[in-house]
Parts: sequence; C-alpha cells; structure tokens
Amino acid sequence: MTVSAYESLAVPDEVRDAISNQAHKWIAVCMGTGCTSSASAELRRALREELDKHNMNGQVEVRRTGCFGFCEQGPIVVVYPGETFYTRVKPSDVKAIIEEHILRGRLVERLLYRDPATNAIAESWHKMGFYAKQKRIVLHNCGIIDPENIDHFLARDGYQGLHKAVTKMTPEKVIEVVSKSGLRGRGGAGFPTGRKWAAARQAPGTPKYVICNADEGDPGAFMNRSLLEGDPHCMLEGLTIAGYAVGAKRGFVYVRAEYPLAVERIEKAIQASRERGLLGKNIFGSGFVFDIEIRLGAGAFVCGEETALMQSIEGRRGMPRPRPPYPAEKGLWGQPTTINNVETLAWVPLIIRNGWEWYAAIGTETSKGSKTFALTGNINNTGLVEVPMGTTLRELIFDIGGGIRDNKQFKAVQVGGPSGGCLPAEHLDTPIDYESLQAAGSMMGSGGMVVMDERNCAVDIAHYFLSFTQAESCGKCPPCRAGTKRMLEILERIKAGQGKPDDVDHLEKLAHTVKNGSLCGLGQTAPNPVLTTIRYFRDEYLAHIAEHRCPAAACQALITYEITGACNGCTLCARMCPSNAIIGETKQKHTIDTKACIRCGACYDSCNYNAIIVH
Amino acid sequence: MSLTEILEKYPKGDRGFLIPILQEVQEVHGYVSPDAVDEISAFTEVSSGEIFGVASFYTAFRFTKPGKHTIKVCRGTACHVRGSSRILEMMERELKVKAGETTADELFSLERIACFGCCALAPVVVVDKDVHGRMSSTKARRLLTQYGSREG
Repeated sequence: MTVSAYESLAVPDEVRDAISNQAHKWIAVCMGTGCTSSASAELRRALREELDKHNMNGQVEVRRTGCFGFCEQGPIVVVYPGETFYTRVKPSDVKAIIEEHILRGRLVERLLYRDPATNAIAESWHKMGFYAKQKRIVLHNCGIIDPENIDHFLARDGYQGLHKAVTKMTPEKVIEVVSKSGLRGRGGAGFPTGRKWAAARQAPGTPKYVICNADEGDPGAFMNRSLLEGDPHCMLEGLTIAGYAVGAKRGFVYVRAEYPLAVERIEKAIQASRERGLLGKNIFGSGFVFDIEIRLGAGAFVCGEETALMQSIEGRRGMPRPRPPYPAEKGLWGQPTTINNVETLAWVPLIIRNGWEWYAAIGTETSKGSKTFALTGNINNTGLVEVPMGTTLRELIFDIGGGIRDNKQFKAVQVGGPSGGCLPAEHLDTPIDYESLQAAGSMMGSGGMVVMDERNCAVDIAHYFLSFTQAESCGKCPPCRAGTKRMLEILERIKAGQGKPDDVDHLEKLAHTVKNGSLCGLGQTAPNPVLTTIRYFRDEYLAHIAEHRCPAAACQALITYEITGACNGCTLCARMCPSNAIIGETKQKHTIDTKACIRCGACYDSCNYNAIIVH
Repeated sequence: MSLTEILEKYPKGDRGFLIPILQEVQEVHGYVSPDAVDEISAFTEVSSGEIFGVASFYTAFRFTKPGKHTIKVCRGTACHVRGSSRILEMMERELKVKAGETTADELFSLERIACFGCCALAPVVVVDKDVHGRMSSTKARRLLTQYGSREG
C-alpha cells in the first residue's frame, strides 16, 4: 500500500488549532519519568474528573506532555493561554486550579514558582531564572506536544524535513547540508556527523544499516531519555533521513531497558509512522524503503561504545573491537553502518528544514548549535536544560541551576560522566564547547553535569567513578581490566586513611598506562576523574594520606559523628543506631560512643533537629 | 506464558534475537534457568555455554529465582552525592544480604542500579515498580516494614 505525501502529512483541523492557536485553552501535565515518579498520572486523572464536575471537559484540553526540564519542581502543570507554571502539584491542588484559575481566571499563587533569592513570583515559565538563559531548540516540542500523538508532531512541522530530503534532495545533497551545518556528534567524542555519513555512503557493500545509540549509560545523565519520552518522532525522523542519506533500508534504535517509558513511546511512534506511510515501502511515493526496529540494552555500560553496541545487536558479548575498520566500512554484520546519538539525530530534521546556515549561526566557531545537559547533584534546580554552545559553566550552574543547595560552597562540577573530569571553581568561566572542556581535562560527553559542594570529597568522587568504570570494564584489554582494579585499590586505601606517600604518583602513572593501553573510550577515559581530581585537589589527597583526615568529612573511615547541644533527647537516633552506640536518657542530651560507632550515618539521617554533626 | 510460546514468536536459528529472547524469558519467568538456556540453545542454534557467556556478560540477567519484592537502590552520581551509599549499606545490614542476593526467606532481592535517571528525586529507591524519591536511610528502612507486611 502506498500512502501519498499529502495523506502522510495531513493533520486534522482541530489538532492544528489545538497546537497553533494561541487562544486554545489547555492544561499541560508533564509525563516524563521524573514527574511520573512523583505521581503525575494521578494528577492528570484528577484534572479530568474535576473538569467533568464542572461540565468543562470539552472546553479545556488536558494534555500529557514530555519533560519541561524543571524536574526539581515536579510534578509540573502548565495552564494555557498564559503559560502559567504550577510546581509540585498534588492531586489535592487540582480543585483550586480548576475552580480558581480556569473558572474565575485567578492564579493559584501558592503553586507558582518563587525565586529563592528575591522571593518574586514567576507567573509564566519564561519569567523564571531557570528558563531565561536557555534556548530550547532541540527540545522545542518537549512540554508542548503529546508525545504519543503523531498529529501533534506533524502540526509542529514534523516529518517536513524528511519530506524535503526524500522528495527534493539527493542523498549527496543531504550529506552536504549536514556537513556544512557543522553538526558534531552529541554522544561524547564530537565527530562531524556529515563526515560519518559520507564515509558510510561511499563504502562499498549492501545492505547498509543505520543505528540510533540511545544507550545512555552515564550515571547522572538523562538528556536522551527526556528527549525520547517527550518527542520520540524527532529522533525517528532523523534516523530515517540518515537511512536515506547513507543508503540503508533498515535502522535500529538501541535503547536502555532501564527506560521503560521511553521504550514504550518509541514503540508507539514507530507504529504510528508505519500507519502513516512514514516508514515502510515507498515513503512519500519516492521509492525510498526504510523501517526501524528496537533493541533493548541489557545493562552493560560499555555497549554505549559503537563497536560493542553492534556486537550486542548481533547477540554477542558487548566487547569493543579495534578500529579501523570503522563501522562506516565494516559495522553491523560486517556491513557499512552509521551510528549516531539520539540528540544528534534529533537535530537533523531541523537542519534540513531550516537550512545549514540557520544551525551554523548558533553556538561558537567550532562547536555549533545548542546542547542539552542533565544538571544534577547538590544544585538547587535539578533538571534538563538546553543552552547554546559557548555558555559558561558559571551561567549554567548559578543562573540556570540556581546555585548550590543549602547555601553551601561550590566545589567542583563533573562534566561528561565517568569519562569526564572534575572541574573546580577556577574553571567556572570556561565556555561549554568541545575544545575548551578538553583543554581543562574534561570532555563534553553526552551531557551529564553533576555539581558537588564542600560536603563532597574529591577522593571519594574519584573512587566513586572509578569503581563504576572498573565494574563496567568488559575485560578485553588488560590495562583497563587490571589497571582500573589496581587504581581502585589505591583509592580505597587512601579513603581508609592507609594511603602511602607515593600513592598519588603511583595513581598518575597507572592512569596514563590505562589511558594509552586501552582499545575503547571506556578505558581511555576511565582515569579522567582521578587525574582531574589530583590535578585540582591534590591537597585533599595529601590530607588523607599524611594527616589521615578527610577535609570534606565524607570518607567513612576518617569521620566522627557527634551530637551537639541541639539534641532534645527524643531518642530516635538511639533507636535507629544498629550498633547501640548512642547513649542517653529520654529528654536528655545523647552522646555517641565513638568506639562502638560504625559510622553508618543512620543517626545523622534520622535526626529531625540537625543535632548531629560530622567531622 | 511457557518458554515454547515465547520462542515461537522469534525466527528460528537467528542469533540476532538471542538477547531479545533472553530478555523476554526473564521478563516472564523472573530469571533465566539452566533448563531455559538449554531450550533457547536448541532454538537459536547457539551452544548453551555460549548463551551463558553472553547472558552473564550483561548485568540485567539473573540465573536464580528472585525474591517476592525486588529492591533496587540507585547508585547514580546524583544519588551518590546525596548519600545513597548509606542507604545501600543499611539495606545490606538489615536484610543480611549483599547487593545481587536474595534473602533466605525469599521475601526480598536487593540490587544496585547504575542510574534510573530521575536524578531530581535523588536518592532514589525503587521497590518492584514503585519509585520512592528523596530517600534517606531512615525513610528507606520503613520501606522494608511496608513491603515486608504486604500481601500478594
């Protein structure tokens, strides 16, 4: 069956009106993982029921949307027109939203966002500090469309890029436009996308394959997940254009099984695209044939590496192999293959639609466009953000991120996940682009940004990341398999206060061996957190080794808990203590027997009066 | 659904579907048993030893029966900087098992997960399919009583 281009792209008038008419009355409920975890599904039901009670269900649309990014304040509800942004909404708040806002046109002030610094109320989301410096381009549909409704995507010019590419451009022309735009891979290494495509196009042999790498394994990163959950068609459209450009008929999406909601939305989106003739045989009547299958990851971080990922699709242990040959020549089942990250692919339709000049005008000389980041850790505004390349770390962390939690001091930011580096305060003015981050000892990575404060210990953070990469090393290259293990043992020793004077030098030496002697990105970058923490926080390492002291009071073996005068003798901590180390009468100040204390922190976590300190 | 019914959905002798088959078997049966490996081997024409080699490479696969409730403690970076190690330690102490093991009464399986990606709610503990955010070791301890007494 052939569906004409007109039928493929047709959108019912009422949907077009709902999406583009500024006066349309609707309520957006964020249904990303963050907000769903905070029970936003219940909220959506409650909104519908409340509207029903007032016989208004036909007049006000309640729409499931993707992520707004401000996960810290979730569940988020936005009322249109007016873009009124309600935060941490509970089902019990629904009555007020409908009766006050919808019926009487009065804002529900207590649910509006208040700037913590000025206490000023933000009436719409564009007035919030979190959004003021952001440019939501690749995320332009997230928070607006219903990700499970293809008509919504089409009404926002979805699949127009594919239509233009397939009906008006040759594959070579598509590659030329992508090359000229300056688009670089968003998965970590930043390789020029156009060059990757050209190599696969030119490589002899059929069939060819295209793969979307959605195996977002970095702990503390959720950019791809949010994009897939909020706008799955955008990636599918990009992957289909990639298929057209390189000459592939079959595409794969390799996505983490830990992201069930994203998987479900991609499945539904593929199904909807097939029904519309946007996937399948003879797309837009052009003779172009293309279809997409999903493969789920099985919990191996190394499968984010392209050659390992392809092994996994083939049903093998996901172990990387030497390159060359590059996947463009010999990839999946030995055939020419192109593999791109989710965000890279999501840019493609926009570039085709708007032209390479449009894209090249955003960002810096060598790093074009904007980039999404997952801002997490000890920061006030945890969430998903998108900023133009060239924005500084300071703007990202303090203007958008709202600074450090609990009025603590900024200590460092880990950019680029376990492969990246830990950058201290003196690097806050570093612009975010591929080259500047690399020069500082870190990397762009896929976009995880974990902010640390004075309570986080540099040695502990290095240990944390290395224990992750050590466990995830596939074991193929001895420098990575054994080297990371030896490095981890040294870090464990330092954390336990048993470090030796030459341990830091030893770590640096091992780090370089692991970096130089490993085949793939995992081993080549695993020592980065150790090297950068040594480079910027050497004093802290020395304090652990020479003085047996953890300046941040984070390393368990080197800390003591103490109960202060703020204790009112509620006995909760004594009941929580697993080693009976807390002594004291009811309503009397308690004390800790430091000999019996196992430093588990149960008392610290349980105290409601902040009477327990750690030093 | 029986193993045979699962296998019937896939093309015979195509190694490319080995991991999807293992995933579905685990999803339906809770784990991949040695008998299942043999049957999958006959169907995919990949040796049992090699299937075990593939499955054991990926942390998602388990070869023993899970407990009634599965507790997953997120050890992602955002959770780590907000104290998730104390939560995992507490769980190991209270349940008297290490991460990856099941309690003797088969009530709880304890797992550590690299990252759930709901970092705004850190630290996160997921029990079965329920997400519990902004945890502390004290709050997480209450989950054990809550789920331990739950019927069905």
